[in-house]
Amino acid sequence: MIRLEARPAPSRLWGVLSPVVAIALTVVVAAALFALLGKDPVRGLEIFLVKPWSGARALTELGLKATPLILCAVGLGLAFRANVWNIGAEGQFLLGGILGGGLALVVTANQIPMSRWAFFPMLVLAGAVGGMIWAGIAAFLRDRFNANEILVSLMLVYVADLFLSWLVFGPWKDPKGFNFPQTMNFADGTGVPRLVAGMRLHWGFVLALLAAVGMWIFVYRTYRGMQLLVGGPAPAAARYAGFSSRQALWSTFLVSGGLAGVAGALEVAGPMGQLTPHVSQGYGFAAIIVAFVGRLDPLGAVLAALVLATFSIGGELAQSRLGLPSAITGVFQGVLLLSLLGCDTLIQYRPRWGRR
Amino acid sequence: MTAPRLRLAHVTKRFGAVVANDDVALTVQPGEIHAVLGENGAGKSTLVKIVYGALRPDEGEIEWDGRPVVVRNPHEARALGIAMVFQHFSLFDSLSVAENVWLGMDGRVSLDEVTRGIQAKAAEYGLDLDPSKPVHVLSVGERQRVEIVRALLANPRLLILDEPTSVLTPQAVEKLFVTLRKLAATGCSILYISHKLDEIRALCTACTVLRGGRVVGTCDPTRETTGSLSRMMIGAEPPVLVHRPPRPGRVALTVNELTLARWDRYSVPIDRLSLEVREGEIVGIAGISGNGQQELLATLSGEDPRAQAGMVRLFGTPIGRKGPAARRKLGLHFVPEERLGRGAVPAFSLANNMLLTRREAIRTAGWIDRRFLGEQTRGIIGRFSVKASGPGAVAKSLSGGNLQKYIVGREIDAVPKVLVVAQPTWGVDVGASAQIRAELIALRDAGCAVLVVSEELEELFEISDRLHVIARGRLSPSIDTPKATVELIGEWMSGLWPGNEGVAEGAA
Repeated sequence: MIRLEARPAPSRLWGVLSPVVAIALTVVVAAALFALLGKDPVRGLEIFLVKPWSGARALTELGLKATPLILCAVGLGLAFRANVWNIGAEGQFLLGGILGGGLALVVTANQIPMSRWAFFPMLVLAGAVGGMIWAGIAAFLRDRFNANEILVSLMLVYVADLFLSWLVFGPWKDPKGFNFPQTMNFADGTGVPRLVAGMRLHWGFVLALLAAVGMWIFVYRTYRGMQLLVGGPAPAAARYAGFSSRQALWSTFLVSGGLAGVAGALEVAGPMGQLTPHVSQGYGFAAIIVAFVGRLDPLGAVLAALVLATFSIGGELAQSRLGLPSAITGVFQGVLLLSLLGCDTLIQYRPRWGRR
Repeated sequence: MTAPRLRLAHVTKRFGAVVANDDVALTVQPGEIHAVLGENGAGKSTLVKIVYGALRPDEGEIEWDGRPVVVRNPHEARALGIAMVFQHFSLFDSLSVAENVWLGMDGRVSLDEVTRGIQAKAAEYGLDLDPSKPVHVLSVGERQRVEIVRALLANPRLLILDEPTSVLTPQAVEKLFVTLRKLAATGCSILYISHKLDEIRALCTACTVLRGGRVVGTCDPTRETTGSLSRMMIGAEPPVLVHRPPRPGRVALTVNELTLARWDRYSVPIDRLSLEVREGEIVGIAGISGNGQQELLATLSGEDPRAQAGMVRLFGTPIGRKGPAARRKLGLHFVPEERLGRGAVPAFSLANNMLLTRREAIRTAGWIDRRFLGEQTRGIIGRFSVKASGPGAVAKSLSGGNLQKYIVGREIDAVPKVLVVAQPTWGVDVGASAQIRAELIALRDAGCAVLVVSEELEELFEISDRLHVIARGRLSPSIDTPKATVELIGEWMSGLWPGNEGVAEGAA
């Protein structure tokens, strides 16, 4: 029999080891699942874990996939640590995409001459504003009416989704698009500058890395950032110190929403090049997992985003090469989060074998 | 000779590397009131939890009436005839006394029978208790009576009480002792856990002293002095405090007719409360917990800014609506009762915890000067002899006493003009307590106005120049400490001070 015994102090070792073990467990489950589905587990794991990292093209695709995850998770990590539960990064992502896409559409429709580097800052700004507006609604309702921000931010995801559908089925539909629900293709000048010639990876990836580093400095080296870290673990201490919980609510919602919005705008103007009803592939939700696997740390989020991106691309490859169902990516994400939560128990508790 | 009611031998309990009980022996005779004396952290709680079956010892034997037993859980302990009254009550506020007691029983008895049982037991032991009253209208003393009657209904042969007097007025303590003596006379043994030497000398006929998890002695407390018990408990002479006469200066902190509605069902409304603290004096506020101390303190610190601006003044400036940070800038610092989670963030290093109330390490644009912060923290660790590995030690790794020294040190080091302190030495060992009290007096001598809110009367008598008592959200007039007596303050704790008798009815 295994018993759990409270540790006198939380284990630092397990704080670091827990995500690693969780990933290992997920791999084991993955191998078992491949075997049960009648596929060769070794080949399955190779396609799932090794192929996404093999070759320049694969690596740039990995970076492309990780970009929105990093941007969203860096902001969410801050919010979660401040005890602000923004679950609606997906909706903020969509609004950023809508505003960024709208801007690109204006440039395209009016044939305004534009270079990618000139458009880049405008695009980022539009995305940030879009995300902030959407996050601001949830922050306002929390602040003014004490509405639960978990529910409000989550529900706003569906509002954003339907708003996007209305736009591409209605006013923004491409008149020459054979009635497909999509906008016209954006002009080349509204694309995101490429990082590597011939690859889809763009400068947004660098922006995401800068956001993570900047966030790290903000959180660990500035007074403002430190204030936000108090509200989560010790709200009474934040009150005692006189750190404003309203300020924490607004600033973390706006920052996390803004970053999610930037991710959305980059996705729309980058790899997609137009607006469709399916702008996001669940990046905003996957980023919640990324944030927790990354220990709510900005640099941890980068590593975790690469892991989740691997799963995501690996899942697509498993579909096309092994004929596995598309749900496999979601399954692995879920197994990863569950294993992580289980392994986190070991930070506070020590397992003991045998009877007492 | 009959076998002892309870005998423990070689009991050892480890938590990881910490040995909470080390080879402990304890013998309790039938009808004996046996004290377990020790400082916080000496292993008293662990020991009684082992007796009550809430913890299992790693080694050692337990004998009950001369027979070896294994107490696997509290249920088995109760079956043997062991009952326990915990320091923190487990009562449902919205239910009546009888319903609460009934809920704790194994069923098969009707509520009427329970009500009759409570009345019978209460009458037998002279406890004043109405079974039909809802618990939320009861005073803390009355709630404790509910717990005691609940324990007595099981006709126990050993009753364990864990620090039972911390919530009682001196008069209520006397009443409790009468009950306990009656109970012991019927043959029930009592295990009395405390660190209050006077009480143990007044009540107990045997005593086992614990220090650092080990038994350092057994004695008959009626034959000991407070000093000799104290030496056994802490292993050294009790420290002596030097106290010079106060030299009060300007009025620093003024509370004027502070009136606040309760902010939830369980908080206490504050009723026209006025007080004044001058530079160079320590003013103490005594009272049983839950009589408005929390509400008053939150209003003084700024955590609750509901007061009208003029109700709280600092050197004449109205500050009633200012937040904690603004008040701190004006020179008012506060040490809260809860150290972990309020006075310090548990997972933060001591250096980061400085930033809760200190801003000296913050440079332009909010940049934190890490080197300065580390030096500042090291300074406090050194000056207040905090036992910690350094500025990087996380707050929750410190013992209660050391963390308290750090927090008090952090606020004293800020050179406040007014310092408000709640429970300065709650749960702190004797050595650290003496040090903290001496620091507060030194601060007073340097001209700071100090307001201490405490439930420990002894402490208030030791350090205060003037005393108030708070009861049901009202404040008594102030009395110079040399003129005050424990009896008088005890009466006032029930709300019975001149001019307040009418409203005090029902307070316990």
